[in-house]
Amino acid sequence: MSASLVTNVVIAGLLTGLVYGLMALGLSVIFGVVRVVNFAHGEMMTIAMYVAVLLFGAFKLDPIFAAVPVAALFFAFGYVLQKSLINPFITRPEHSQFILLVAVGIIISNGLLMIFGPDARSVQTDYMLDSWAIGQVLFDKPRVFAALMAVATSAALFAFFRYARTGKAIRACADNYLGAKVVGLNVKHLYALTFGLGAACVAIAGCMMTLLVEVTPSTGPAYTLLAFVIVIVGGLGSMAGALLGGVLIGLSEALAGLFIDPSAKSMFSFALLILVLLFRPQGLLGRKLT
Amino acid sequence: MALLEVRSLAKSFRGLRAVADASFDVEAGAIVALIGPNGAGKTTIFNMVAGAYRPDGGEIRFESARIDGRRADQICAAGIGRTFQIVKPFAGLSVLDNVIVGALRHAPGVAQARREALAIMERLGLAAKRDQPAASLTLPDRKRLEVARALATGPRLLLLDEVMAGLRPTECDQLVEVFRELARGGLTILLIEHVMRAVMALAQRVIVLHHGEIIANGTPDEVVRDPAVLECYLGEETEV
Amino acid sequence: MSAAPRADSTMAPRAMVLLALLAAGALVLPHFAGGYALSLATLILYFAFTGQAWNVMMGFAGQLSLGHSLYVGLGAYAAAALFTKFGVGPWAGVWLAMALCVAAGAAIGFLAFRFGISGVYFALLTIAFAEFTRIGFDHIGWLGGPGGLFLKVGERTHVDLLDLRGTPAMYYYVMLALTAGAFALCAWLLRSRAGYYWQAIRENEEAAQALGINTFRWKMLAVMISAAMTAVAGVFFAFYYNNLFPEQIFNIGQSIEIILGPIVGGVGTLFGPILGAVLLTWLADTLSNAVSALGWNIPGVKQVFYGVVLLLVIVYLPNGIWPPIARRLGIGRRD
Repeated sequence: MSASLVTNVVIAGLLTGLVYGLMALGLSVIFGVVRVVNFAHGEMMTIAMYVAVLLFGAFKLDPIFAAVPVAALFFAFGYVLQKSLINPFITRPEHSQFILLVAVGIIISNGLLMIFGPDARSVQTDYMLDSWAIGQVLFDKPRVFAALMAVATSAALFAFFRYARTGKAIRACADNYLGAKVVGLNVKHLYALTFGLGAACVAIAGCMMTLLVEVTPSTGPAYTLLAFVIVIVGGLGSMAGALLGGVLIGLSEALAGLFIDPSAKSMFSFALLILVLLFRPQGLLGRKLT
Repeated sequence: MALLEVRSLAKSFRGLRAVADASFDVEAGAIVALIGPNGAGKTTIFNMVAGAYRPDGGEIRFESARIDGRRADQICAAGIGRTFQIVKPFAGLSVLDNVIVGALRHAPGVAQARREALAIMERLGLAAKRDQPAASLTLPDRKRLEVARALATGPRLLLLDEVMAGLRPTECDQLVEVFRELARGGLTILLIEHVMRAVMALAQRVIVLHHGEIIANGTPDEVVRDPAVLECYLGEETEV
Repeated sequence: MSAAPRADSTMAPRAMVLLALLAAGALVLPHFAGGYALSLATLILYFAFTGQAWNVMMGFAGQLSLGHSLYVGLGAYAAAALFTKFGVGPWAGVWLAMALCVAAGAAIGFLAFRFGISGVYFALLTIAFAEFTRIGFDHIGWLGGPGGLFLKVGERTHVDLLDLRGTPAMYYYVMLALTAGAFALCAWLLRSRAGYYWQAIRENEEAAQALGINTFRWKMLAVMISAAMTAVAGVFFAFYYNNLFPEQIFNIGQSIEIILGPIVGGVGTLFGPILGAVLLTWLADTLSNAVSALGWNIPGVKQVFYGVVLLLVIVYLPNGIWPPIARRLGIGRRD
């Protein structure tokens, strides 16, 4: 096992991890603010992946460009979903909410199965197999583009929450629901906005994922679980944590696949989830839960 | 040897001192009131006695055995019952079932627990509502349920946390009468109260807490005249 | 205003009548039903049973497990391995299966409750364990790995109760007996000290502790009983279907199918899981048949149906379908 092989695997893992991080970021934002555990997260991303595949098939539209309209579409979808279906569940017991989204997830992934069938689909852009080489080290082009997009989106999201007035208003809701209402913030609208943003993240992550893997209807549940592992390891409610978690998981998956067995990589992620839940439930960067 | 002995009890939350060096006794069969402004640390002391919090320092002895640091359920098993300031009924269960849960602490089976529960509910005026879901009760009835449930565990010491809050004077008097009767029967009561009507009617001794420290400990009459107490409740320039 | 909930310890007379009718109907079913209907009925009973087992943890003690396929799988593999490798029959094998699952449940419960993990985090923990085990079993070559473990199928006409080989009717009656047993067990538990304590813990754990309940111990008990019951379902599964694949039996889809019955029927009630299982399985089957009859072959229809029903129930009837029906029939709240 040469050093350059390991390095390449590490780099691939890091780049993939950034896309994972974007996906998890959406989940973290939704949970951090709206306090909804989106168990249909991976399924939503799968829809985005299928849309990207369709757009590529029909218009030869590169997923990187498709990401923009798809994100807008998902933003609207997320906004409506939150306002109409999920909002009344915020006051309901936790497991009710959870099961609601499990139901949504089942409908999505099996609906996709009904529409597209079980066969895998993928996007084949011109640069799929290209890479840049720096010495012995290879950087796959699709992976680099996907990672850059993920970083750019994350940065935009960070900036929004830090500097934009609406962004700060959303953070206020997250910190203090009642207080936010008292000062006149339209919390319902802000919650829907947040869910929309989370959905948009997932959409972009999905478009980027089509550059890296193929999509089947069963991709959804697997990615939901992955998103949860990442968010819990990184810290529920922490945006930086989601990215960090994503990179860590991407890295560990790549290394586990290399040294142990490709099919064992998920096993490692689940073991990590169990350990984190037991010993540090707030994750690496999360706030301590009461 | 007093039934409950508290020595140098202390508790801080993230650097904020809630209770500091509190020491007092509660004699068997007595009714003692713990009063003080909001935030004085009364419920924190309760929570430490009841096992919900672990004290940072000090000792608590019940019937000569140390109980500080034990779990809440162990302390109930030892003979201390408690109510919560914000009532916690088992909303999905009927009123009777709520009390049965308490009675099961000592009763060997459900049938016996049911008999005991009904008897206690009779005393507290809840018998008529036994089959209603607990969630449908009015606040005064929820408070009575809270007391009934705690009583059903057969405690020798009952901790009442602001049971009178929100009750009308007649309701308050009814409850006072129930407690008096229970005390005559041998139950020891330590209560936190803001409603002075109840404190003056019930308490044989009053302990005043302020900023986590005990500033007075005596009969109701003594305490009401104590200048330190008046200062903390009413401010310095007051004449009695 | 709804009928007042019953607080006495006997089941309402009406509930008993309903039960008697169901029992009578169930006993004579094989006489009238054809092979397909019989296998459907067996499947319904299977889901009623597993739903009842899951209900002990969730409906009674309030702990949401989304990884119950773990116990089905462990129970199935334990009994199947004993049978295929050592010739040990299911009646003995079931004890090992139960012991194994109780241990697994106890481990998960201990880890979760000692470390204060509850709610959604607990659900995720259960999923993680099931998934971990699924991938793990894929790598156990001795048990067949991803290729699966197979039991030798006996003659379908000769009833060998000892090895659970035989006619469809035999399997039906075995499952019927198990389901009846589960129902009786849960009815007894619900009205016992355990039932009261579990419901108290479910409603308000802090208040329960203040009443002297050692919540850790009782939660553990719920988990272990639920796991043991589900193990038995796993043993049945192994000897009924005669093939086990990790991908299939430990799958999160299995876990979700297990919870559908109780949630749709009514979490925490006795008849809920049964009603839910009957409704969902029968309706889903009718739907599948209708779709094939139209000449379409669309995988996923059944699951979408499940998803939609689950969605409708959780939004409009969160306590399930059984409570409003029970009220109409004048049966108590907890039945």
